[in-house]
Amino acid sequence: MEISNTESIPGRRIVEFYGVVSGNTVRAKHIGRDIMAGLKNVVGGELKGYTELLQDSRKEATDRMIEQAKSMGANAVVNVRFATSSISQGAAELFAYGTAVRVE
Amino acid sequence: MDGNTVENVNLFMNFGFPLLLLLLAYFIGSMIERKHFRNIRRREDDNVGFPVVSFDTMPDDWNVSGSTMVSGSIVVSLDYFKRVIAGLRSLVGGRVKTYEPLLDRARREALLRMTESAREQGYDAIFNVRLETSRLANSRGDGKGIAGVEMLAFGTAVKFASRFARAA
Repeated sequence: MEISNTESIPGRRIVEFYGVVSGNTVRAKHIGRDIMAGLKNVVGGELKGYTELLQDSRKEATDRMIEQAKSMGANAVVNVRFATSSISQGAAELFAYGTAVRVE
Repeated sequence: MDGNTVENVNLFMNFGFPLLLLLLAYFIGSMIERKHFRNIRRREDDNVGFPVVSFDTMPDDWNVSGSTMVSGSIVVSLDYFKRVIAGLRSLVGGRVKTYEPLLDRARREALLRMTESAREQGYDAIFNVRLETSRLANSRGDGKGIAGVEMLAFGTAVKFASRFARAA
């Protein structure tokens, strides 16, 4: 499965379009991580726990998007975009979407 | 005499402790920031010559043999001292200088992580780079304040067909 955030896969030609595919995940923060982040907030700098949490979540959203594309018979997803939205206190939705296509 | 001690402890808890925390946050926070900037500059020097571009279409003379999407991200937060300063600043308005270096270093770090992950996987260039910023609300009941800011950089990494010839 080829993924790209451009309108085509570089060096390949698109032969068929399947439509928009998307994947999401809603994650809440871990209380332990929250306490650590609270302490880290005093001195500032990177909050590693959150960086990892968001990376994992984004990967899961992307994987779900890829699953959907596969089930349509596509072999690539182009023009992939990410969106993040806060749903409620401490929970966020991570969303990935793109266009499923077949490249030669 | 006992009353005096209690008063002193109260005074310390009310004014001394926040002040101590402010000083601590100031020194450790600026140290972390300086260290991070040094680290960023060094890694940026290492990555000079690796094309990372924001064009949405590939330059015509790039002859590629493979591609994938790469990304890099980081969540950062401001130290307590700078948050207080930023809070004071919002009373009179104007440029909030304490936030500028934070966002700058987070963005550069995200770009570097993206670049490094592309290099590790053996890619030769990245194009269509996009940057996104999102704010993480903290889980405090009142929903006020922020736990941090996330910077995300992503783009399409490509491998050139022959290592040094970009011409088709």
